[in-house]
Amino acid sequence: MKQLKLGKLVLPVYSLIALAYLLIPIVYTIFFSFNDSTGRTNTTWQGFTLDKWLHVCERPGICEAVGNSLFIGIVSTLVATVLGTAIAIALVRYRFKARSLVSLSLFLPMATPEVVMGAGLASLFFNVGAGYGYTTIILAHVMFCLSFVVVTVKARVQTLDPVLEEAGRDLYASPTAVFWKITFPLLLPGIMSAALLAFALSFDDFIITYFNAGPVNTFPLLIYIAAAKGVPAEANVIASAVFLLAILTVIGTQVGSSIRHKRLMAIK
Amino acid sequence: MAFAGFSGTAKVQGAPVKSSRIVLALLLPGMLYLAMFFMIPLVSLLITSLETPAASGAYGAYDYAVDFSSYQRVVTSYFPQIMRSFGYAFLSTVFALVIAYPLAYFIGVRLRSRPLLQKLTLTLVTAPFFISFLLRTIAWKQILSDDSPTLNFLRSLHLLAPDQYFLGTPFAVVWGLTYNFIPFMVLPLYGVLERLDLRLIEAAGDLYASPFSVFRRVTLPLTMPGIISGTLLTFIPITGDYVNASRDFLGSSSTSMIGNMVQADFLQNSDYPAASALSAVLMAVILLIVVFYVKRTGTEDLL
Repeated sequence: MKQLKLGKLVLPVYSLIALAYLLIPIVYTIFFSFNDSTGRTNTTWQGFTLDKWLHVCERPGICEAVGNSLFIGIVSTLVATVLGTAIAIALVRYRFKARSLVSLSLFLPMATPEVVMGAGLASLFFNVGAGYGYTTIILAHVMFCLSFVVVTVKARVQTLDPVLEEAGRDLYASPTAVFWKITFPLLLPGIMSAALLAFALSFDDFIITYFNAGPVNTFPLLIYIAAAKGVPAEANVIASAVFLLAILTVIGTQVGSSIRHKRLMAIK
Repeated sequence: MAFAGFSGTAKVQGAPVKSSRIVLALLLPGMLYLAMFFMIPLVSLLITSLETPAASGAYGAYDYAVDFSSYQRVVTSYFPQIMRSFGYAFLSTVFALVIAYPLAYFIGVRLRSRPLLQKLTLTLVTAPFFISFLLRTIAWKQILSDDSPTLNFLRSLHLLAPDQYFLGTPFAVVWGLTYNFIPFMVLPLYGVLERLDLRLIEAAGDLYASPFSVFRRVTLPLTMPGIISGTLLTFIPITGDYVNASRDFLGSSSTSMIGNMVQADFLQNSDYPAASALSAVLMAVILLIVVFYVKRTGTEDLL
């Protein structure tokens, strides 16, 4: 009996250790955003301070780079989400001959190493004589976000009951009305999480951006260039702030929908 | 059609409607985008890889040509880096699978009765996506640096010799690669484990199968699609990674991978043909792997 209980514990303990492995660097990064470090180096603990959080932008270049990353992230997310949602709906809802080709061409960008995509895009822009800058970065980001949007939205479309749309059609709603009044609201949670993922991918992308940035500085580029000499604590502040904002949004949504679900069950 | 070989197992869920004009309107913009900014860049890479140094002799200038010498050059001079990339990628993928499978099983099967806890734990797995991957790698660099408390602690336990260190070794690079790609392994595995029909496992148990043979003959085959997409989504990006292996992060000059060479040739040495040829070699190997997988499993389970 005792052996059985111990056996039951193996999996949770193993999972906790695996989660700890995933989370240790995150905790470390947040912790060191409060380090009272001087100058650029942020390697040893010097004492607690809120200074870096209160005066983030005083470190030259950092807020400009973050602003660039936000701008690039928002534009890329919008474009990738629209294009990707359309493909996801087509893949689940319609029968067509080229679906294997479509699936494969969506899988390949996810499976291609970033360095190949980065070099490929850079060589294309170079060969056609396009100067590197915001446009080239955004064109690249939309490309690698697209497949991830499709995968995320597709999962949501699959859970949609086609009967709901049929009911709409039976009640003489036009195809446009069916889409905007039934399909779209039901897909919205999936579209939102796809957009969040796309933004996270874009905001954090380093390799592809490095090949296509030209004079533009983004937040990951700033960290990479600083890495040789020491990354200032202000970078940890930005990363921690973005992380806490994103994770609290996600957790808030999950807890919220769980509470709503429980209430609905209670009514039934 | 050239891709006819890939079709076959396509299955369509729900009640699909056939309407070619709508399909075209939905698919065309995104597909054109992928053609322009994914396929054409690869073609551009191939063209660049065949170029030859400019007749003018100017640094970083190349003429269009059909010159295969760059391929010969990169395969011979970067042979160690090529072998290292695939070796590190193999090890990291195996470690990631060993860490991710039980974790995904725990979240997808054991936590099924507690939906909120299940969702929140899954969020913790994806948490690394929301914080700079460079900073997380730098965090490991500092946690495991030569005179860090971690290493001194290991030395005090005599698990590490006083002059032994971790950074710059292949072990550190594989550690970082495994760490960085675990979420990409967990998510597809979770996808199949969450849908796993537990009645099948119960049935096997009722028929006196041992827990091990239940796993080997029921759970493992049913979760194979997740294992396949998980290993593809970790192995392939790892072969092209260069951040973990670079000197400023976890590696040293003796751990450099294909990515480091592509980056150096493209961005520092302006040797575009060499960088392109090396990328093309990497891409060719990857396409072979993908084709092999697709032939065996079909395209429907890829996404």
